[in-house]
Amino acid sequence: MVKTPHIVKLDRSSGQYEVIANHWLRVAEGCDDAIPAHTLLPLKEWLERRDELLDRADVGIWFAPDDEPEALGADAARLSMIAVDFPAFTDGRGFSIGRLLRERYGFEGELRAVGDVFKDTMYYLKRCGFDAFEVRADKDVHEAAKGLNDFSDAYQGAVDQPLPLFRRRSA
Amino acid sequence: MYIYDDYDQQIVDQRVAQFRDQTQRFLSGELSGEEFRPLRLQNGLYIQRYAPMLRVAIPYGHLRSDQVRALAEIARKYDRGYGHFTTRQNIQYNWPTLESVPDILADLAKVQMHAVQTSGNCVRNTTTDQFAGVAHDEIIDPRPWCEIIRQWSTFHPEFAHLPRKFKIAVCGSVEDRAATWVHDIGLHVVRNAAGEVGFKVIVGGGLGRTPIVGAVIREFLPTVHLLSYLDAILRVYNRYGRRDNKYKARIKILVKAMTPAAFAAKVEAEWAHLKDGPMTLTGAEIERMAGFFTMPAYEALPAEDAEFLRLRTENKAFARWVERNVFKHKQPGYAAVTLSLKATGIAPGDATDKQLDGVADLADRYSFGEVRVSHEQNLILADVKQSDLFKVWEAAKALGFATPNIGLLTDIIACPGGDFCDLANAKSIPIAEGIQRVFDDQDYLFDLGEIDLNISGCMNSCGHHHVGHIGILGVDKSGSEWYQVSLGGRQGHDASLGKVIGPSFAQDDVPGVVKQIIDVFVEHRQGDERFLDVFDRVGIEPFKARIYQKERAHG
Repeated sequence: MVKTPHIVKLDRSSGQYEVIANHWLRVAEGCDDAIPAHTLLPLKEWLERRDELLDRADVGIWFAPDDEPEALGADAARLSMIAVDFPAFTDGRGFSIGRLLRERYGFEGELRAVGDVFKDTMYYLKRCGFDAFEVRADKDVHEAAKGLNDFSDAYQGAVDQPLPLFRRRSA
Repeated sequence: MYIYDDYDQQIVDQRVAQFRDQTQRFLSGELSGEEFRPLRLQNGLYIQRYAPMLRVAIPYGHLRSDQVRALAEIARKYDRGYGHFTTRQNIQYNWPTLESVPDILADLAKVQMHAVQTSGNCVRNTTTDQFAGVAHDEIIDPRPWCEIIRQWSTFHPEFAHLPRKFKIAVCGSVEDRAATWVHDIGLHVVRNAAGEVGFKVIVGGGLGRTPIVGAVIREFLPTVHLLSYLDAILRVYNRYGRRDNKYKARIKILVKAMTPAAFAAKVEAEWAHLKDGPMTLTGAEIERMAGFFTMPAYEALPAEDAEFLRLRTENKAFARWVERNVFKHKQPGYAAVTLSLKATGIAPGDATDKQLDGVADLADRYSFGEVRVSHEQNLILADVKQSDLFKVWEAAKALGFATPNIGLLTDIIACPGGDFCDLANAKSIPIAEGIQRVFDDQDYLFDLGEIDLNISGCMNSCGHHHVGHIGILGVDKSGSEWYQVSLGGRQGHDASLGKVIGPSFAQDDVPGVVKQIIDVFVEHRQGDERFLDVFDRVGIEPFKARIYQKERAHG
C-alpha cells in the first residue's frame, strides 16, 4: 500500500489542527524479517509478534472493520499509534472501534482514520476519539479539515467531550 | 411541547450550513453522487421517480400551530401546494428542487424544525402514541422520553452509519398505539411493583421483507439507565449487524440469528461497562424534560356538556363523527379529535397548504395551539372542549377533514407507492381510492365496524400491510403490477402478522376481492363481532374458498 501525502493532525486538548506529511506505511501483511520503523501492521500480525513488538513505539497497528479491540485489550495503553480503516465511509464499525480503544482500553497514542476519509466524516471521527485523518488523496485536505468543526457542540457524551449536554446545560 | 434553547437552535442552524455546503459541493462535482447519497439521505432527501422528495421530521408527531403554518408555506413556496403525512409521523414533500432544499431547511430551522435523520442508516425519528399526555388509558406520558431519545440520537457520532435504518417507538398506555412490537426497539414505559417508573425493552421487531414481532430483552430498565442501555444495544448492532446484504442488515436479523436470549446477554455485557457512566440520566434532566409536557390550562368542566349531548342526539351525522373521530380524554369535559386525511379520492395522508393553514387556525382556536400526527396518517387536535366539538366538526367539514371513518375500512394506511416512490413495485394510491369507492355507503361501513386496511407498494412495507387486518402488498411480476392480499394481521400488544391468502391479483380486481372478503366476514359474523374476531374464529379457509372459487387469480 502506498503512503498518502498528507495527514490532518488534531491536537485534542486545544482543538487546533495542522496538515503534516505522512511517514507511516500501512502494510497489508507483515513479513518474517525485522519490521521497519513507521510500519502499521494488521492487528492479527501484531498479535502474533506481540512480545517482540510491544515496546516498539515506531510500530503501530491497523484495524479492519471486523477486528475487535477486545483482542488487543490493555496492550492498547502501551501503543503509540493505531489506525482504523474505513473501506467505505458508510461502514460505521470503525467509530465503535475508536471509542472502545480510547474509552475502554486506555489508548492515548495517535488514533488515525484511514481509507474513505473526507470532509463529511471528520466531525464524527473526532468525537469518537480520532486525532489524525488520512484524507483521501483525491480530496482537498485543507477543505476536509474544516469538517472537524461542522458543529460546535453535541448532545451526547463521547471521547472529545465525555459529558453529555444535559450534564452541562444547567451549569 | 419541547422548546429549543440556544444549544438546540445552534445545532439545527449548523446543520443547515453543513447541508448547504454539501449540496454546493455535489452540484460543483466535488462530491460524487455516490458520496452525496448517504449524506443527503441523512437529511431526508431522496431522489425520486420524478423529482427529489424531502422528508421533514415531526418528532414524535408533535407540532405547534406556527410550525404547521411553516409547513403550509413550504408547500406553497417550494412544492405544488401539498405535503404527505407518513406512517412514521413525518411529512414528505414530493416536488422540491435539489437546489432549494438548503433554503427549505433554513425556513424549517426558524420554527425549530429540521429533516435530520429522517432517512439513511441511522436512528430515525422516535415515534409514539398520538394521544400521549391526554389518553384515558395512559400510565406514563411517553413524550419526555421521546425528546430525551431524540436528543441522544441526533448526530450520535458512533451510530451515524449503522448497517441499516433504525426505528424506535415508545408507548406509555394500556393500549399500544405506537406499533412498538414491530420496531427495531420498542419501549413500554411501565411501573414496577415498587411503583418505580422504567422501561420494558423490546428489540428486533420490524416489517419489511422479513416481518418479525419483537422480543423482550429486558422486563424493567430503571429510567436513569435509558441512554446507556440504548448505547449498548446500538453498539452491539453497529458492530455485529450484517453489512454484506442490505436485506439482512436490520437488527431483527441479528437478534434472530443470535437468538433473543444471546443478544440480550451480549447487550447486558456491553452495558456493564457503560452503566452508571456519564450518559446516566440525572433527576434534573428528567424533570426539565417533563416540564415541557405539562398539562395545558384546562378549564374545570363537567364530564358531559348538555348542549353537546343534545346536538349529538339530534344530528345523526355529527353523532357518527363523534363515534368514530372523537377519542376519550383523561380530562373531564375535553376530547381528542382526529381529523381524517382519508377522504375518498385523496391520497391517504395528503394535505394541501390551505388545509394545513386551516388546521393551524383550528388548533389555535380550540386546542391550545397544538397539532399531532398519527402513524395512521391522520391529524389530531388533542385538547378540544366537548362544548366546542360541534364547531370543530363544522370547520373540519369545510376543510374536507371530517370523514367519519377513523378505524373503519376506508381509514386506509398507504405509502405513496409507485406514483412517487422509486422503490415501489406497484401503485398504492389508486388501490386505496378503488376500495374507498366500492365502500361508499357510510351506514354499511359503520355496521362493519373496525377494520384496518393497509397498503404497501413494495416489500419495504411503509404502508404496514403486515399488520393490517386486511393487508395489500404491491408485487412486480415480469414488469406488471400485482397485489398480494393477507388477512388477520394486527398492531397493538397482540401484534401479529397477516397470512397471505394465495396468488396475487391484478389492480382492477383488488376492490372486488376486498368486497368478497367483507362478504365472507358478514356471512360468518355473529352479532357485532369485529372482523378480526370472525377471522380468528373461522380461519382463512372460507375467505380463500370464496375468492379463488373461479379462476381469477394468475399464479
